[in-house]
Amino acid sequence: MSTEVSTEAPSSHRPLRSKGRGRYADRLFGWLLLACGLSVLAVLAAMVLRTVVDSFPVFQYEGVLDFFFGTQWTAGHDVTGAFTGTYGAFPFIFGTLYTSAIAVTLALPAAIGVALYINFYANRRLRTPLSYTVEVLAAVPSIIFGLWGLLWFVPTILHPFTRWVSDTFGGVIPWLSSPVPNVNYFHAGFVLAIMILPIITAITREVLATTPVAEVQAAYGLGATRWEVLRSVVLVRGFSGIVGATILGLGRALGETVAVLMLVGGSQKFGSRLFFPGDTLASHIAATFQDAAPETLVALTGIGVVLFVITMVVNIIARLIVWRFGRLGGVSL
Amino acid sequence: MSTSTAQLEPEQLTATGHRSLKVKGANARKRQRKDLAVKALLTIVMIIASIPIVLIILEVARRGAAVINWEFLTQEEPPPRREGGGYAAGFVGTLIIVSWATAFAVPIGILAAVYLVEYGKGLMAGVIRFFTDVMTGIPSVFIGLAVYAIIILGTGQRFTFGAFPAAVAIGIIMLPIVVRASEEMLKTVPDDLRAGSYAMGARRWQTILKVVLPAAAPGLSTASMLAVARGTGETAPLILTAFGNVFVIWTLFNQPIGALPLQIYNGARQPFAPGLERAWGGALALLVIVLVLTVVARWIGSKAKLGERH
Repeated sequence: MSTEVSTEAPSSHRPLRSKGRGRYADRLFGWLLLACGLSVLAVLAAMVLRTVVDSFPVFQYEGVLDFFFGTQWTAGHDVTGAFTGTYGAFPFIFGTLYTSAIAVTLALPAAIGVALYINFYANRRLRTPLSYTVEVLAAVPSIIFGLWGLLWFVPTILHPFTRWVSDTFGGVIPWLSSPVPNVNYFHAGFVLAIMILPIITAITREVLATTPVAEVQAAYGLGATRWEVLRSVVLVRGFSGIVGATILGLGRALGETVAVLMLVGGSQKFGSRLFFPGDTLASHIAATFQDAAPETLVALTGIGVVLFVITMVVNIIARLIVWRFGRLGGVSL
Repeated sequence: MSTSTAQLEPEQLTATGHRSLKVKGANARKRQRKDLAVKALLTIVMIIASIPIVLIILEVARRGAAVINWEFLTQEEPPPRREGGGYAAGFVGTLIIVSWATAFAVPIGILAAVYLVEYGKGLMAGVIRFFTDVMTGIPSVFIGLAVYAIIILGTGQRFTFGAFPAAVAIGIIMLPIVVRASEEMLKTVPDDLRAGSYAMGARRWQTILKVVLPAAAPGLSTASMLAVARGTGETAPLILTAFGNVFVIWTLFNQPIGALPLQIYNGARQPFAPGLERAWGGALALLVIVLVLTVVARWIGSKAKLGERH
């Protein structure tokens, strides 16, 4: 074998750097990839521009402030597209914020509890299936929550409970006073809480898992009980992460459409009572879109822009907070 | 130190005169009790938090299982007052819409993720990364509205309601999910593989297409399936783009088309019992599709991670 090894000099010195047409392939490929990356931004920009331009007439007709804070929403029916109705989106803005606040208030303590339990109390064999279940549950579509809430949960459990609460305390606290229709802010907020619970839990878990092990061990070494470790190390370290997770959950609640639409009431009024049947930005779009006259479509697009601005601000704040923990791995919510 | 050891009995001190570790502090019992109380409280919270989800799955399974049969899967829906029939229109519609959405969102999404992992060091990549994350939080109804404005109004109704705008809307919802999840998966491909490929003289595009992507393939299928699961369950954008139909529609353009979540939505909003029952059947079918996709995706993903550790 070894005798066949050539000791001749190579016949030509081909340079390592190719001059063939193949050398453009890399640059081309890089541009293709960049184009795909930019397409995400392009899609976002196109959606924002188009909806802002389309909804411009209604802001012009009502005035920006009157559109935001006007309390009267009367859809016009002019087929030519001229404005005849009154468009004040405040009842929907109010409903969106109200139901989301209810949802976050109910979901947050539970989410922190579940995250702490799974990360620090559940035994090892239980931990993986539990965290797995939480992540899978975040995938259940909202229409299922809406159907279940409207046809089973509200009539069977929640409505009797809220009626009892209102009958018992409504006389003393006007906030809880009756009537309690089967669809209202609280019912929508309660089902929303169930929906955002897995989302807040999953992100909180990931944030809490980034607590430096050395600090936890040091706290135990000083003789701290488990609760003391959680309170003075884990929760302190993860505080801003939990805030971020909460705001992300809030963002989800603000934009949630179908489940809320089925449970919130669908009126075009608003009220501060907990059991008031109102409406939210997202659900009002979905509820009235299919029967809307051209002028109302423009107004609905205006609602869409308002909804977008609110959720965008909330999301950007949340992302900036959560990003400080490094982009979280498994949770792509 | 001296004040605390002074009150101790001689047998509570160590040979060197320090406090023995066996001596408990004055408030030790209180602290332990508090610890136990918190443990009990968290356990209760855990149990309470898991109740609703158990109730949902049980109720959907119970009511849905009574409805689902061959007829439900293959027949069109009669008017809500009439018994029988099924959600064939919804199944076909969802299949068409989600297939087209996947066809455009998954390739673009994966390539965008490749860009972020392989080329993404500068400001541009940071911006793309940030807005991809933010985009996962945009309300789906806004995406539906924007797609309606761009594709239907924007073309002067040359395209109207149908599978095409619906697929675009669902695809836009899936896109950031694919990018985010794929990026995480591509990051797990070890640099040794890339270095090995370059050492063999492969170009960058060859390395990416023939080494990196195949190595990440299981993870990428996880990412895609999670996105498909999310896209399949979306309802709100379909109200604004697909419009709904109780008849089976195969065409892509300008023909309002049904979808499974839409049919559930319409079934749940009307008062007649047969229609309501069908909505429960549809809900069970949707839940099974979404959960199977999610569980299989996570399973593939965890297998891939295990494989990489060995």
